[in-house]
Parts: sequence; structure tokens; C-alpha cells
Amino acid sequence: MSFMVEMRSLEGRPATERPLSPHLQIYRPTLTMTMSIVHRITGFGLYFGTILLAWWLNSAAGPDGYAKFQAFAGSWIGRLILFGYTWALFHHMLGGIRHLIWDTGRGFGPNEREWLAAANLIGSIAITVILWIVGLLAWGGPQ
Amino acid sequence: MNTPHHIRTPLAQVRGYGAAKSGTGDFWVQRVTAVASIPLTIAAVVIMIILLGRNQPAAAQILGSAPVAIIMLLFVATITIHMRVGMQVIIEDYVHDELARLALIIANNFFVVIVGLTAVYGLLKLSFGL
Repeated sequence: MSFMVEMRSLEGRPATERPLSPHLQIYRPTLTMTMSIVHRITGFGLYFGTILLAWWLNSAAGPDGYAKFQAFAGSWIGRLILFGYTWALFHHMLGGIRHLIWDTGRGFGPNEREWLAAANLIGSIAITVILWIVGLLAWGGPQ
Repeated sequence: MNTPHHIRTPLAQVRGYGAAKSGTGDFWVQRVTAVASIPLTIAAVVIMIILLGRNQPAAAQILGSAPVAIIMLLFVATITIHMRVGMQVIIEDYVHDELARLALIIANNFFVVIVGLTAVYGLLKLSFGL
């Protein structure tokens, strides 16, 4: 960064006169672009969600701690967070698989990339709903 | 590093950085942990579903058993390394003030190690009954 600042001052022009590359808001939103942004947002959310994972694993050692965690996880806000976390996890996973496919140079065609983006979204929602149906059957109704 | 009056990038410094010989460590680590996290996340979610509705002694026993604990330890290690790199990319993209960027990158490293080792501590406690 300091190198860039020096270059600007050597040219004797303020930085604002330099041409700027257009940012997101100048483009028409597309599905692939939205999925790319969502991939980053879900990764950001999952990052902080690991606090819950660490809490859960540490709560299991004793009955009091586990009861506290279960009370949180069973509350409507806890379930909402866990539901969102499930979707974010599988959206990020499927999006990651999409990126790994792209890393091999495949899947960039106009139809393929749209199909992959749609599969990413539909797949993550489907997996989340199926897991929660299974989970609620195992877990029981609202506590 | 080059002195300020040198504008040209020293060629010797750039040579060898092509074709992923070096300088792409974070990129590579992000891919390796991404690949590893696919089966590990599926396994971890299956474990979580198995534990739903079970009481604390049962949950502690299952989480502390060798195969489950090892899978969960691998899961925690993989995702924490993955998210350290991912969050650093986000910070580098959006935080342009140099001091704030450095502070956040350091905070990112601290957060990842604290959360990761806390989770590992919980698992080891269940395994070894410390």
C-alpha cells in the first residue's frame, strides 16, 4: 500500500482522479454473482458459529453444562440459529465443491455455471430441510 | 526488500514464484482443507444427529469414544485452519487501513486458535476424563 501511495504522489495527481475499477453495484445481479457473495457471507457466519461448536463440546462433560446448552439449542432462537447454521454449512460446502470443480478448469460454460449455481442453492435448501425433518423426529417437538 | 527509489521489481525475487512453486501457500491450504472438510463435515453432522435427544452421560460417552472423538478432532482442526485463511482473505479485501488490517489479521489468528483449542480441550476431556 505504501508503494501505491508513493506512486500517486510521484505523478502529482490526487488519487481520486485515477480511474477506478467498477464495483459490484454497477453490474446487473446474476445468479452466479449472488451465489459467490452468499458463499463468502456463509463462510463469515460459519466462522463465528464455531463458538457454538466449542461450547457444545465443552458442555458435554457435566449434566449442568449440558442442560444449559440443551436449553439454548431447544429454545426458538437457538433452533433458528442452528437452522440457519445448517443451511450455511451445506450452502458453503456445495459452493466449495463448485469452486473445486472450477479449479480443474471445468464448469465455466454459460449453461454449466448457471446449472451449478442453481444446484448449489436448491441442494443446500433440500439437504437442510431433510436433515431438520430427521433431526426433529429424533429430537422431539419444541421444548 | 527494495529501497524506496527502486520502482522495478527485482526479477530474482519473482523468479520461481510461477507455476505454484511458492507464494501460494494459503491458496493451497484452503483447497486441501476444503477437500478434507467435505467427508469430515458429513461425518460430524451425522454424529450430531445421532446425539440429538440423548442425555448428557450418553452424549459424553459417544463423543468420548475413540472413533467419534478422532473424527471430531479432525473436523475441528480442518475447519479452523480453513476459516483462518478464509477470514484473512475477507480482511485483506475490505480493510484498507494498514494498521486496522494488521490488527484484524492478528485477531483472526487469535480467535481461530482459541476456538479451535477450546473445542479440542472439550473433546480430550471427554476422551480421557481429565
